[in-house]
Amino acid sequence: MRHILSILLENEAGALSRVVGLFSARAYNIDSLTVSTTEDRTLSRMTIVTHGSDDVIEQITKQLNKLIEVVKVIDLNESEHIEREMMLIKVRATGKDREEMKRMADIFRGRIIDVTEKTYTIELTGTSDKLNAFIEAIDRTVILETVRTGASGIGRGERVLKI
Amino acid sequence: MQISGAEIVVRCLQEEGVEFVFGYPGGAVLEIYDAIFKQSQFKHVLVRHEQAAVHAADAYSRSSDKVGVALVTSGPGATNAVTGIATAYMDSIPMVVLSGQVPTPAIGLDAFQEVDMVGITRPCVKHNFLVKDINELAETIKKAFYIAKTGRPGPVVVDIPKDVTQKLAEFHYPESVSIRSYVPVLRGHPGQIRKAVNLLLEAKRPYVYVGGGAVQGAAEQEVTELVRSLGLPCTNTLMGLGAYPGSDPQFLGMLGMHGTYEANMAMQNCDVLIAVGARFDDRVISVPSHFLSKPKKIVHIDVDPSSIAKRVKVDVPIVGDVKYVLRDMLDQLKESGKKPDPAALAAWWKQIEEWRAPNSLLYAPSNELIKPQYVVEKLYEITGGDAIITSDVGQHQMWAAQYYKFDRPKQWLNSGGLGTMGFGLPAAIGAQLANPDKAVACITGEGSIQMNIQELSTAKQYHTPVKVVSLNNRYLGMVRQWQEFFYGTRYSESYMDALPDFVKIAEAYGHVGFKIENPADVEPVLREAFSPALKERLVFLDFRTDQSENVFPMIGNGKGLDEMDLPPHMRKTDEPDAERDYGNLC
Ligand SMILES: Cc1cc2nc3c(=O)[nH]c(=O)nc-3n(C[C@H](O)[C@H](O)[C@H](O)COP(=O)(O)OP(=O)(O)OC[C@H]3O[C@@H](n4cnc5c(N)ncnc54)[C@H](O)[C@@H]3O)c2cc1C
Ligand SMILES: Cc1ncc(C[n+]2csc(CCOP(=O)(O)OP(=O)(O)O)c2C)c(N)n1
Ligand SMILES: [Mg+2]
Repeated sequence: MRHILSILLENEAGALSRVVGLFSARAYNIDSLTVSTTEDRTLSRMTIVTHGSDDVIEQITKQLNKLIEVVKVIDLNESEHIEREMMLIKVRATGKDREEMKRMADIFRGRIIDVTEKTYTIELTGTSDKLNAFIEAIDRTVILETVRTGASGIGRGERVLKI
Repeated sequence: MQISGAEIVVRCLQEEGVEFVFGYPGGAVLEIYDAIFKQSQFKHVLVRHEQAAVHAADAYSRSSDKVGVALVTSGPGATNAVTGIATAYMDSIPMVVLSGQVPTPAIGLDAFQEVDMVGITRPCVKHNFLVKDINELAETIKKAFYIAKTGRPGPVVVDIPKDVTQKLAEFHYPESVSIRSYVPVLRGHPGQIRKAVNLLLEAKRPYVYVGGGAVQGAAEQEVTELVRSLGLPCTNTLMGLGAYPGSDPQFLGMLGMHGTYEANMAMQNCDVLIAVGARFDDRVISVPSHFLSKPKKIVHIDVDPSSIAKRVKVDVPIVGDVKYVLRDMLDQLKESGKKPDPAALAAWWKQIEEWRAPNSLLYAPSNELIKPQYVVEKLYEITGGDAIITSDVGQHQMWAAQYYKFDRPKQWLNSGGLGTMGFGLPAAIGAQLANPDKAVACITGEGSIQMNIQELSTAKQYHTPVKVVSLNNRYLGMVRQWQEFFYGTRYSESYMDALPDFVKIAEAYGHVGFKIENPADVEPVLREAFSPALKERLVFLDFRTDQSENVFPMIGNGKGLDEMDLPPHMRKTDEPDAERDYGNLC
């Protein structure tokens, strides 16, 4: 099953490679990974999307917690949460495609953030599924380039991940 | 006053009460070696290969309650140390390894003798550090010792660039450190402990399975009290040997792939299992589904949550230090004033005695060929069961584990998790330095000893009078045994041709050597080796043993704990070894 893990770790050189190294050394899957510092500069927050059986996910959380630089790990799947991913997608926008791309971007609440005579660059935010749906919805042949951030997640309501 | 980074390193080691640093110099650590030269508080032991420095430091830890320290230079010095680091990591041994690194401005430029030590060792250390700022040097070394010895112990590498050892800074060694992201648990959850106690009291066929965690956690008293006060049967893993006395009748022997019949049958058939600092290794329980096919309730005590439910789901996980958790269990047991049902326990013991009766460690004695088991038995007798025994990897290791009865923890030092040939001799040197008054013997094979034989020179220089007991079967015996059983006796590259004259080698290094070919000479030569006359000498005993001897019992690949291959006298048919069904290789 797909799980989304939130990890708070020391903002130190090498901490990221420990996490990534753990996944490859123990043959766990990483579907996506995002990381950046938090409002507290000494901490980074990472979101990893992974999949595996319950036993594997349990081991992943335990192994992550075992890393000296990891402060806290939560499995967002365990309760209500929100996740968002951002995609920048550059599409060919000429002739009748130009009108069509604008319409699709609107439907998906995307924003066109760069325009040339031949292209649009669209910014799209949402769950990973929504971004996938957008790609499915448009004509594949007009896609010139995509870049996605991977999912970031946060617990709903009062639940917070803090030290 | 400002001092150099190298002097800071030395001062830190002094503050930690380090007695010995095992190491080998080179460009990146010259500054540190110069600072070592100018002090006399700790001794430096110059090994002949960095792998040996790390094994010696590791065994120094294993045989004492201190943390071993190794020091190596950058590049090849660092890579040579990696096998030693991985060995300690797999067995959860506390250790601090200091490695030199090229100067910080040169890092990343493919500088002379540059390797990414932090990167290379990341998967086989508990933690590692690259010190880029001299102002962080002392605190980092303090953290390294703290991390190495707390929680689940393990090796910690501190990589120190040369310019950091040359710069100047004030020295201040912190009294203590706290790391917000690292808080090892000591006490177990009282509710979980209560559940464990209740399970134990309701048990009809209880069993205590003790591993290396009880050795590392110095919980031998608590283990013994639990086992004795309730009259329970007990087994130790290869790493746990000595945590419960090996000569005690409640001890069923080691369990696992080469465990005794009774230890393995009890493991399979118990109804309540108390796992104490043991990690349900594949060499111990073999196939988890087969192990669980006989229903049982499992209590698992371990400081490392990730050891729990890794291979086997358990009923009562208890995260905590074995010593504390067992203490709390014992207190609760005492409070309750109860014991498990005596009639059920008596029936369980009766069953166990039936399993024990045929003696699965019996072997056919011989007047012509030296039986390796016999050598270990005699060694046990002659050393009064009191020697510290190190070993290498192979058949000899298993015979050492089976036939030397370890009554104390930290008496048996071997590489279980990584299975590193070449561990034995440097380990014996480290153990001897930590225990100058104890007899230390290294049980080895002619294959393994040659992986670090150069350490005979270190042993000479530092007067470590270890006794090398080589069970020389002219084969990579453990490999040969597998080839005999699983590969139709095709002995591919497992024969050791062109063996050296080990007696001459020993002599060339300034030691004493004996070659023993006759069973009648085993005992007298061992007596001589351990006699006062040779007390101060390293003695190399080259026993020419029976080449065809195999280690029994054995659990073949994919087989269950109760599907052991037994020694000839316990077999129902008289099929020869090679034609038996040893299960499928995975
Ligand atoms: C040729 C060969 C054959 C082998 N055959 C066998 C065999 O027949 N039988 C056998 O048993 N092994 C055998 N082994 C060894 C095997 O590979 C494992 O190394 C060994 O079984 C592991 O022992 P353990 O479970 O005690 O765990 P260890 O590796 O000793 O791990 C200790 C556990 O205790 C925990 N721990 C550490 N300190 C504490 C503490 N203070 N409090 C609480 N928990 C703590 C750790 O987190 C860890 O989970 C063999 C090895 C070789 C090379
Ligand atoms: C460094 C290393 N290389 C290879 C092995 C695989 N291996 C395990 S046991 C063994 C044979 C050991 O031979 P020897 O030391 O003579 O011991 P014996 O089994 O004959 O007692 C080998 C090659 C290992 N464990 N370690
Ligand atoms: Mg051999």
